Amino acid sequence: MKNENYLDLNFKDIHAPFEVDRRDFLKIIGGGLFVLFTVGDTLGYIQQEQRRRGELPTDFNSFLRIDEDGKVTCFTGKIEMGQGIITSLAQMIADELDVALDSVQMLMGDTDLCPWDMGTFGSMSTRFFGPPLRAAAAEARIILLELASEQLKVPIEKLSVDKGVIYEKTKKRNKVTFAELTKGKKIERHIKEKPVLKDPSQFKIMNKSYTRVDSIEKVTGKAKFSGDIILPGMLYAKILRPPAHGAKLVDADLSEVKKMNDVIVVQDNDLIAVLHKYPDVAEKALLKIKAKFLPSESKLNNENIYEHLIKMAGDGRVVVNTGDVKEGEKGSASIVEETYYDSYCAHSPIEPRTALANVDGDKITVWGSTQNPFTAKEEVARALGVASEKVRIITPYVGGGFGGKTTNLQIVEAARLTKLTGKPVMVAYTREEEFFFDAFHPAAIVKVRSGINESKEISFWDYKVYFAGERGASHFYNIPNSITKSYGSGRGSAANVHPFATGAWRAPGNNTNTFARECQIDIMASKAGIDPLEFRLNHLTDKKFIEVLKTAGKKFGWKSSYAFPSGRGFGIACGSDAGTVVAMIVEVDVNKKTGNVKVKRVVCAQNMGIAINPQGATIQMEGCIMMGLGYSLTEEVMFSNGEILNKNYDNYDIPKFSWLPKIETIILDKKNEPPQGGGEPAIITVGAAIANAIYDKLGIRLNRMPMTPERIKEALSVKG
Amino acid sequence: MPELIEFKLNDKAVKLNTDGERMLLWVLRTDLGLLGTKYGCGEGFCGSCTVIINNKAERSCGITVGSVRGKDVITIEGLMKNGKLHPLQKAFAEHDALQCGYCTPGMIMNAYGLLIRNPNPSYDEIINEMENNLCRCSAHKRIVDAVQTASAKM
Ligand code: FES
Ligand code: FES
Repeated sequence: MKNENYLDLNFKDIHAPFEVDRRDFLKIIGGGLFVLFTVGDTLGYIQQEQRRRGELPTDFNSFLRIDEDGKVTCFTGKIEMGQGIITSLAQMIADELDVALDSVQMLMGDTDLCPWDMGTFGSMSTRFFGPPLRAAAAEARIILLELASEQLKVPIEKLSVDKGVIYEKTKKRNKVTFAELTKGKKIERHIKEKPVLKDPSQFKIMNKSYTRVDSIEKVTGKAKFSGDIILPGMLYAKILRPPAHGAKLVDADLSEVKKMNDVIVVQDNDLIAVLHKYPDVAEKALLKIKAKFLPSESKLNNENIYEHLIKMAGDGRVVVNTGDVKEGEKGSASIVEETYYDSYCAHSPIEPRTALANVDGDKITVWGSTQNPFTAKEEVARALGVASEKVRIITPYVGGGFGGKTTNLQIVEAARLTKLTGKPVMVAYTREEEFFFDAFHPAAIVKVRSGINESKEISFWDYKVYFAGERGASHFYNIPNSITKSYGSGRGSAANVHPFATGAWRAPGNNTNTFARECQIDIMASKAGIDPLEFRLNHLTDKKFIEVLKTAGKKFGWKSSYAFPSGRGFGIACGSDAGTVVAMIVEVDVNKKTGNVKVKRVVCAQNMGIAINPQGATIQMEGCIMMGLGYSLTEEVMFSNGEILNKNYDNYDIPKFSWLPKIETIILDKKNEPPQGGGEPAIITVGAAIANAIYDKLGIRLNRMPMTPERIKEALSVKG
Repeated sequence: MPELIEFKLNDKAVKLNTDGERMLLWVLRTDLGLLGTKYGCGEGFCGSCTVIINNKAERSCGITVGSVRGKDVITIEGLMKNGKLHPLQKAFAEHDALQCGYCTPGMIMNAYGLLIRNPNPSYDEIINEMENNLCRCSAHKRIVDAVQTASAKM
């Protein structure tokens, strides 16, 4: 594919001067060369969404500066939470601009310095943000070439660029550096036309593996997370919490805590907090508050939740409808009807939500661990009743997000408390608060009815998903008669649906949908008496799926088997997320006595288009696989009547070292195809691949995640 | 009640006046300004707060500052020597054994404790020793590789 297709965007000149006056923007950041750019049509839907919510995006999304020292800085509202865009975005810039990677700096997630951005999620940074970023760098290179041409008195065609130096091709000593060209100038450009981007064959830095650019800071303990920002006179706040979601405060006796030395007590409507210069002292002080709460009215728990969800589902939306399911049913030799269940899961980043807020005159600044600083800014402005330009959110390194750090309660709380006390205030959640206030991966149900005809082909597919949403819901197999319907929303559903907040959890909805679809396909394969890999291939024409499946099969050493179960413990699944297509094969062992599943080996092949940083992409795949073991095998938020029973890691098991399988990843070499998502796709197939492997080992079907030892033992006892 | 507490921290003597019942983690992070040691759970489950006390990896969220009196405490900040990265730090960076990096100081300190005791641990010994250090980004595979590389270099 040529650059034309690679960069499928329209660039328009933007005349509005990006709120410069208000923020004295250029004054703050000094001289040099600026290229402002906007993420065009591809992000149109995001901007629409933003308008729908009544927020106006600024009309450029980011910009690039080459300062007077020749240093390149990209200012972007995206944030770094471990996914590695601090490296891969810098690679794009360095390559297009012909500078060394280490001369590019990323300034991320500061709402005063960076233009508006929706947030960092959905594996969108590289896909949608990458192309315009590259274009901006390419544009900057052209401007610099023009300047150099004037200065060196050599036509542009005779110039070449390397590591920030422009020189005459035939006379290398005739040269000038980027720094010399930008010195003492302030050049501001908007991208007007599509600049010519490099062809993948010209890449020197993109599509090459680099280790993280932030690793030295992180291995030395110098990297600053929100909790590591220290201001003179700051106080740590601990906030009174209800015992359960929906529990109402009746009365709080503050007399004891008010007697404590150096402890400040704040009461502002629903917000009761104690503050001290030491977090541990504040925590002790909090225990002195005697509070009475009315119990929550919620009667929901892990067992009755599914019945409740079905009741709340309402009318479904048809996602896809082809052929005639009724006709398909008539032509079926056998029909399989199954219901699949998924649980609430926590994001549980090791860094709990944290924020430090400071008030200075009428300006509030908050350093917060968030995936969407610009949303946080509006939230703070609303909560404080101040104009949003009076609020600045700065995002230091974020210690993991996975979709969770998009609700910013701790930021709002810190901001309220700094305003109330006039002092810098840190709100750092405890692990218990982190569990309690998480917006969980929603519990969900999928009902599938499907049939096989005499020729061992799938004759119809009737798929209904409840509360996981549409991501990954529609299948990609050749099935003549098929309907997919989605009930309820996949995230942040209406009140009364879930007993607490739910939200996007790494590859939202797709883990549930891929689990249901790929388990059902496996059941169909065994009904048909056809090897599960062959059966999938028989029903596929999409080349991407065929290629990843075959690649994974080859790497794994898959040999067709027509015994169901085969006893080998092999399971397979495939799916697509964020534009990337993925196939996974796992091998498991199950201890029949304890019900423990050991995933021994995972082979994963994915087609993600060009990988900007292949090593970074590999690490994301490894992370997806390992993290996926958690939602598949153990992770389930336990709750009862609004109370979250998981208060710490002693009863919420996330994957540990001893779970580590042998992991083999393959990224198909697709240099000439546009980049697709990398942070989420490989997680979607883990659940189904394991469920199918457990079936292949023992002949039992686990239709409910997580597949805990208890559920396995139960299935074994039912089977007898 | 505030009391005088003295111990060795990253090769330097420290003296402070504080309540000996306070947890070392918070004293390190607040009174002593060493922010590399992280809070993850506060109850000994995650290992983010791991430091070395008298050559052993310990969880500073569950150890009172009073109990380290006279002892030798090393934190992530004390691992670099003469401006040079410790082999473990180097190996973590080279193997990309981190993503968000929040668990990293604790991982490195825990591995350091292991290598002090057992300079050539087997794969299984590494897994065993690191078991209760949690990494949500799931960098486990590379962390094991990094510890192996570092042990070969030390
Ligand atoms: S914070 Fe100490 S073990 Fe988690
Ligand atoms: S690197 Fe993020 S928790 Fe380990």
